[in-house]
Amino acid sequence: MQDPVVFRVERILRSPWLIFGAGAVLAGALALALWLLFPLYKGLLADPFWFPILVMAIMLNLILSSTAICILAERKIAGFTQDRFGPNRVGFWGLLQPLADGLKFLLKEDIIPTQVDKPLFLLAPAMALIISLSGFAVIPWAGEVRWPWAPDTLVSTQVASLDIGVLYVLAVASLGVYGVVLAGYASNNKYAFYGGVRAAAQMISYELPLGLGLLCLLLTSGSLRLEEVVRQQAQSGMWYVFLHPLPFLLILVSSFAEANRVPFDLAEAEQELVGGFHTEYSSMKFALFFLAEYAHMITGSAVLVALFCGGWAPLPFSSWLADSTAWWALLIKLGAYLAKVAVCIGLFMLVRWTIPRFRFDQLMRIAWLSLVPVGIALVAGTATLTVLGLQRTWWACLGLNLVALLGMLWTAARSGRTVTGRQDDLPDIHVEPA
Amino acid sequence: MTGEAIAFYLLAAVVTAFALGCVLASNIVRMALCLLGTLGGVALLYFLMAANFLGAIQLIVYAGGTLIVIVFGVMLTSRAYGTKLRVRPLEMIGAAVVTLALLAGLTAILVRTAGPVVSPSTPDFGVAQIGTELLSTYLVPFEVISVLLLAVMIGAAYLVQPEKK
Repeated sequence: MQDPVVFRVERILRSPWLIFGAGAVLAGALALALWLLFPLYKGLLADPFWFPILVMAIMLNLILSSTAICILAERKIAGFTQDRFGPNRVGFWGLLQPLADGLKFLLKEDIIPTQVDKPLFLLAPAMALIISLSGFAVIPWAGEVRWPWAPDTLVSTQVASLDIGVLYVLAVASLGVYGVVLAGYASNNKYAFYGGVRAAAQMISYELPLGLGLLCLLLTSGSLRLEEVVRQQAQSGMWYVFLHPLPFLLILVSSFAEANRVPFDLAEAEQELVGGFHTEYSSMKFALFFLAEYAHMITGSAVLVALFCGGWAPLPFSSWLADSTAWWALLIKLGAYLAKVAVCIGLFMLVRWTIPRFRFDQLMRIAWLSLVPVGIALVAGTATLTVLGLQRTWWACLGLNLVALLGMLWTAARSGRTVTGRQDDLPDIHVEPA
Repeated sequence: MTGEAIAFYLLAAVVTAFALGCVLASNIVRMALCLLGTLGGVALLYFLMAANFLGAIQLIVYAGGTLIVIVFGVMLTSRAYGTKLRVRPLEMIGAAVVTLALLAGLTAILVRTAGPVVSPSTPDFGVAQIGTELLSTYLVPFEVISVLLLAVMIGAAYLVQPEKK
């Protein structure tokens, strides 16, 4: 029997009126505040120094809060994939679930086991989150904008316009492993330790295909600046994913691996390692790892969209809005960018609930026996095209990709070894007695 | 003091502290972490000097590549993991000789090339220029290094080959 009071509270919470009403009131209050305070921040908006800082503050908050929504979306998509409802008890259609989750994380007991390496144990989750958030600095969210009240100044929505944008992304990605490895080591737990070691090996291996895919793109774009890569795509309307589908796939697969997502989440494989590197973590420290994973996913998607899917360009095969710096264009561009990132994240989630986890030897073989050779062939091919001046001609690029794909299939069909391999083919492991 | 100077001294202090920690720590994973701090701090110093490319490469190659391989190796070698490291007097003398020689060399270079301190300006030396220079003026050293790396790779591949039955 259910408690009548609980039943009534639950019914109120689940009514659509409550959540949409609260949402409307909050949105209205925000709009009113923005309207009333407009003279105060008007100058800041048109200032080339302060505007990127404002963008940073807004985007950081947007990303941190959208991780909460991502968790709800993940569970809803899991429900959809497995033909069930997903969370639907807290709030209408489960919309208040992120609040409940956050509250739960805050109220749980924060346990620090006695035998851990305490400074490293505390440092690891913070490091994971900081590193996965710092990639946002170079994302060109919506190009440049000229405000109507300050027509002389052109402000950029990119926080840091680095001449080494793509290299910065690689550098941050290569540091991403430390959070997991340190957590695995500091926990003083065999399962966590295995998780850390696995994560290290996996991330080193998958940085190679990531770098090779990026090289193909850089040979085509001829610039390391992310905003320049996006501008080229917006102006020609030819997004690089149409020119280079295989490098796009290489980077997509590698970013799954870098974000430690299924099918590459061997660092936390529950069936084998209890919880992997975060076995010993509880409460907000665990939540930080959770946040880091989702932030990593959002960064990965944002970089992927900027490099291959035209960034803020709203429409493929057209140069609409490519040179516009009006304020309404800014809103459309930002909307287009965020929509693309959302689609990309949706893909990440669908894959998570569709494809089972790889075994570790399969994971290594996929990286070293298939992705890296294909990547090297693609880089060589793209370099040849660049020498011939054909690197932005669609038929040459697609032809190269087709040849690489056919070569891959031919090699796979000819070779006796399967890339993924079978359990029976594994060599026997002899462990020397200690 | 300008902002740059303050940033430089702060970073220099952090790098020195991490380097000391790396030498003095007795736990090998903490040593690796201190090394990470040192390498990251040096990368930040490069960024401060507007050498963005060098800073990013420092992070990718040393912090993200070499060091993670070291950590990986340490974690896989069960003996080094968890034991406390102690330095014997003989090793200490050897290390002192090597470091003093290095310090003397660095000081000599510093004294010989010391000029007016120029504040770092916006980089007029971009990535494209570095690439062009590497493949024209410095082509021979570049190729020598790549041959060396190739030799190392072949050696590694040879070493890990399974024994033939």
